[in-house]
Amino acid sequence: MSRYSRHIVLDEIGQAGQDKISQAKVLMVGAGGLGCPALQYLTAAGIGTIGIIDFDIVEESNLQRQILFGTSSIGINKAIAAKNRLKDLNPTINSIAYPEKLTPKNALELFEDYDIIVDGTDNFSARYLINDASILTNKPVVYGAIYKFEGQVSVFNYQNGPSYRCLFATPPKEGSVPNCSEIGVLGVLPGIIGTMQANEVLKMILGFDNVLTGKLFCFNAMTSETITLKITKSISEIEKVMSLKELFSNQNFASFCESPVAEISIEEAFKLGNNQFIDVRELGEEPLVKFSNCIQIPLGKLEHELDQIDSEKNIILFCQTGIRSKTAVEILQKHNQHNCYSLIGGAETILAHQKLELK
Amino acid sequence: MNLKIRYFGLLAEITNCSEETVSLSKGSVSDLLEFLFEKYPELKEKDFQVAQDLEIVSKDSLLLESEIALLPPFSGG
Repeated sequence: MSRYSRHIVLDEIGQAGQDKISQAKVLMVGAGGLGCPALQYLTAAGIGTIGIIDFDIVEESNLQRQILFGTSSIGINKAIAAKNRLKDLNPTINSIAYPEKLTPKNALELFEDYDIIVDGTDNFSARYLINDASILTNKPVVYGAIYKFEGQVSVFNYQNGPSYRCLFATPPKEGSVPNCSEIGVLGVLPGIIGTMQANEVLKMILGFDNVLTGKLFCFNAMTSETITLKITKSISEIEKVMSLKELFSNQNFASFCESPVAEISIEEAFKLGNNQFIDVRELGEEPLVKFSNCIQIPLGKLEHELDQIDSEKNIILFCQTGIRSKTAVEILQKHNQHNCYSLIGGAETILAHQKLELK
Repeated sequence: MNLKIRYFGLLAEITNCSEETVSLSKGSVSDLLEFLFEKYPELKEKDFQVAQDLEIVSKDSLLLESEIALLPPFSGG
């Protein structure tokens, strides 16, 4: 087909490579500054199925950088406007518009239908949602993010590589990072970063080496400087996400940006006083911990045993290493139980404290 | 030792420079951060990762005579 002849003629791609591109399924989350250029190039390249999810409507101030749209698109949903424009660019591919928000309720099912997820969102809640959903569905994410004149690109969850939380484990404090509408952005910057994201998608589909996995590519449009930083995978961050699988769809979108769970040491817990300790490990897990104001409710049962919680007390939740107990705090906070803390050091630290007390 | 520090994103606005050289005796990355927090108190309020010689490292890593980068999260898209 003459449409892709410039790809096919390249030894590194050939007809075999173009066939891989036409069989690929890519989901673009966000059809804004990053999404527009990424979608243009992925469509032009002939990606077989492209999903576009965005709940936002095109506004005039978008046209400075969201180049899939025009004056006639103002007022139209971005996913639909993008699909309409791309239909003319390449009518041979299948593009699907989802004019809705990505949420914990739809993310897992949606991600299952695609091979690669591209993050073109503009807020932290969405980015952490994409991270967690991609780990749970085992899909790679091509990440791009911008701030004024600077941009970042990386590929997460690819061939056992690190995830977004391996780089930034939890969202920043609310309000500490302004967004584009507040501080502005050089229009061409998302064009560069979004196109680089499309480049990573094609490299992955074609099986090229040097995909940006475990690497954060940083670009400064003002100075034209680039720097690539190595990211180390954090197995505990990935396991933490996987341990939340059952609870994932029950969360609300904003919970991906909630402040970190309160942690407490055993000394602080006793200083605080008026405690009820809750052991959220499975029955039989060792070391055994038993004392008068301590009960055991395995994490999986916690939501059904809330009546055992004394809401007048300071609830100290513990497990083995402090991962499950943090999840337990989040569950209780969702049910409006405040004054709850995750014990740093888990069961071992209680036993150590008890031994000290006996001396 | 002499350390070249690069500031990314909004951190460069707090320090009013994109890079500078500081002199510090041996220590950990946290020690360097303590020094920078004294110089730029606003930095304390911000979340960021630290890279040493082009690799993101934990804050209790040993400080080496190297290029340090302070990297805040970006969310724009």
